Amino acid sequence: MNLAIRDIRYHRGRFILTSVGLGLLLGVVMSMGGIYRGLFADALAVLNANKADIWVVQQDTNGPFAETSRIPEDIKYRIKAVPGVAEASPLSFQTLQIDRKGKPFRFFLIGYELNGFGGPPVIIAGRNIRQKHYEMVAAKAMKMELGEKIHLGLHDYTVVGITGKMVSSSGDPAAYVSLSDAQDIQFKKDNNAIRNDRERIGANVDRIPSLSQPQAKYLKQNIADIAESTHTVNTVVARLAPGTSLHEVQERIKRWNHFRAISDEEMRQILTKGMIEKARMQLGLFRIILLVISAVIISLIIYTSTLDKIRVIATLKLIGSQNRVIIGMILQQSLLMGVIAYAMGYTLILLTYEKFPRRIVLEAFDLQALFVIVMVICMISSFVGIRKALKVEPAEALGG
Amino acid sequence: MYAIEVDKVTKIYGKGETAVTAISDATFQVNPGELVAILGPSGSGKTTLLTAIGLINEPTHGKVIIDGATVADEGWVRGLDLKRLRREKLGFIFQHHNLIPFLSAIENVMIALEINHLTSSEAKSRATELLKSLNLGHRLNNYPTALSGGEAQRVAIARALANKPKVILADEPTAALDTENGKNVMSLLKSLAVENNSAILVVTHDHRMVEGFDRIFDVRDGKIVGEQNSGN
Repeated sequence: MNLAIRDIRYHRGRFILTSVGLGLLLGVVMSMGGIYRGLFADALAVLNANKADIWVVQQDTNGPFAETSRIPEDIKYRIKAVPGVAEASPLSFQTLQIDRKGKPFRFFLIGYELNGFGGPPVIIAGRNIRQKHYEMVAAKAMKMELGEKIHLGLHDYTVVGITGKMVSSSGDPAAYVSLSDAQDIQFKKDNNAIRNDRERIGANVDRIPSLSQPQAKYLKQNIADIAESTHTVNTVVARLAPGTSLHEVQERIKRWNHFRAISDEEMRQILTKGMIEKARMQLGLFRIILLVISAVIISLIIYTSTLDKIRVIATLKLIGSQNRVIIGMILQQSLLMGVIAYAMGYTLILLTYEKFPRRIVLEAFDLQALFVIVMVICMISSFVGIRKALKVEPAEALGG
Repeated sequence: MYAIEVDKVTKIYGKGETAVTAISDATFQVNPGELVAILGPSGSGKTTLLTAIGLINEPTHGKVIIDGATVADEGWVRGLDLKRLRREKLGFIFQHHNLIPFLSAIENVMIALEINHLTSSEAKSRATELLKSLNLGHRLNNYPTALSGGEAQRVAIARALANKPKVILADEPTAALDTENGKNVMSLLKSLAVENNSAILVVTHDHRMVEGFDRIFDVRDGKIVGEQNSGN
């Protein structure tokens, strides 16, 4: 006869309520784990989508995700010419916040060459960008409709396609436009600013007495062209031909001044160790705290449940029950509570995880590990109840 | 062979100046099939004596023999499995029935049998038989809260009898019952003592219930001060 099951069946209301409470707590622990994995998935989303071997960025920087990196677009030709580089593509990244439907709307804009790589990895609705200008592919999380227009910089852009779960390293949903559009949005000045700049350049050049009028005119034009140029990118990504030494290509690019060639692995380290380390530690700490709270709650529940059963335990001892019967009753109840609470927490998180504002990634290993941890906690927590039960004297069954 | 032999049993709590003698030199024997009462006021030491015989409370001095086996001789006899002896040789009936609240009537009896290594089906069959014999056939699946005081005490008696013990120890079994139910329980115990050839030792302070006992020991201040025979 299983005393644990009989007790639970008799006190099922109390047991279910306790398990629901504990299940909610475990659901939060699972969501924390999911958020933690989600941080990784978000941080690496762009990297995984691009499948680049090398990220060429501004010298002495950690690349476009960690800090500002600006390099000339035309460096792509030089990179393509490096032996072993199969293809290279310039990319532009920027985070934008605009007002949409009366609410702040934040997203991550990626500019890519239409004949290069680095564009949307998958199109789940509509089509990819075909025209060089004013078309956009938006992530599903942006909740934009096909054909919807959005005003960015100086122009309106039409959503022609929807991509999957693409986000920035900070979790903002991503949108794609052509590289030239992204550069315009990021760098192109409006007419007033251009006029002001030209005036300022003109005035400064005119103050140089040694220049002839044609020379001054030529210089003004050149300076203005440079100042108004938008041909800047944040990185150029490259894929290597099979058999190419990554290290050799990195070393070669490193020898050029003003650039740094970061391998894909190094970029992952920068993103995961540097950028999300604190968030990761914070979530880890929260998880530990919540697990400790769960352990304390389970211990208290099992202990008070044992106190409720002191007379039962004393009677069992008096009629000659072996200790294993009593230990089994307490331990099984504790483990059952853990199993039911885990199942409830899991169901809860399974039903809600897609509604979380940030990505929740539920990995089988994490869930299995948490299950084992919960079982261990239940076992350890039941020791307080078992200890109390083993101290109960059979004589306590006697008397009024 | 006596079912119970108690020889100069003394129980002292504490040491030195704070020592309290709960029982002093208690000596008596109970035959199989005999219903014996230990009668005395509260604090007289009768429950202490019961717990010493029930292998719960170690006597400080003296000898206790249950069904021919010496269990205490100046303390517990070494190497004894007290739990096993309690399971196999003793049955307990309590003042409050002490039924396990989350087990039905039949399960409360079955648990005593399963603890003694009977299979679930054997236990169920024996428990059903016992409860039916105590007119509780219609209450097998009721929880203790759904039983009357008398019914609950009869289930407790069935549990005590489950393993066919040689000795049944009852601690104030009628204290929580009205006079009629109390008398019914005593009458039942008397018939069971005879039917099963078990010695039944009842501790009570209730003078209303002394009818029907084969012998009554009066206990005062830890000493057996008198013995009455019913003459039945």
